[in-house]
Amino acid sequence: MSGVTGERVAEVWARLVKEARDAGYSVNPDDQFARELVQGLLENEARYGYPACPCRLASGDRNSDLDVICPCDYRDVDLNDYGSCYCALYVSPEVVRGEKRVGAIPDRRPVGGSVAPSRGTERLDIKGLPFPVWRCRVCGYLCARPEPPLVCPVCKAGKERFEQFI
Amino acid sequence: MLEPNHVNGTLTKHRILMYTLSTCGWCRRTKALLQELGVAYDYVDVDLQTGGNRELAKEELLKWNPASSFPTIVIDGNECIIGFQEDRLRELASA
Repeated sequence: MSGVTGERVAEVWARLVKEARDAGYSVNPDDQFARELVQGLLENEARYGYPACPCRLASGDRNSDLDVICPCDYRDVDLNDYGSCYCALYVSPEVVRGEKRVGAIPDRRPVGGSVAPSRGTERLDIKGLPFPVWRCRVCGYLCARPEPPLVCPVCKAGKERFEQFI
Repeated sequence: MLEPNHVNGTLTKHRILMYTLSTCGWCRRTKALLQELGVAYDYVDVDLQTGGNRELAKEELLKWNPASSFPTIVIDGNECIIGFQEDRLRELASA
């Protein structure tokens, strides 16, 4: 069906598992289900040029799909509210412990795509800060520096997923 | 013109057409459950449609499900199940 090899899926899956564990996230304990999602991510990456959520239809325009590049902007709130993200690649610790089952959840993404970038006009205006404060839209990590980091040190989202917070 | 894929099954009471994504885990589960239950169905993997068929599939899906989420399962051309809802899919096999 695609040029994504099992080896490549295994390699990326191993990396995602490690990154999740290091940052305090959990992945779906259903190994087969999760690997198929990783395969879907890699197929999307090959098809569109970015690893869009496997359970959402990508537009092909990276900028308008930034919010659904995995990990998506909606993952953390969905983990809190439902115990899993929309595609269920990431789950809550309760699910890993078998105390909660994952199921299909509603899509939090606004119909027609993201309304990002947010807060542009309502940004707090604190004068005299030596650096702007950047916020990761995926996990909420904040840092004060001239530019956002290339990769979020917490959730590994890319630089383009940051917004100026202050 | 969309050309849905057909999956044979012994249960053919309902006409089932699903809009799915080839990459989606919930769509895969839906297809697998119907197959396990022996329900015949048609499906369109919207992400695999090329040329004008992709827009056509999106337009058709939009008529059934304004959120255009996957899977969307149209039953007998008059109602639809949105998302992997195991209980409702099992009802389809028994009803």
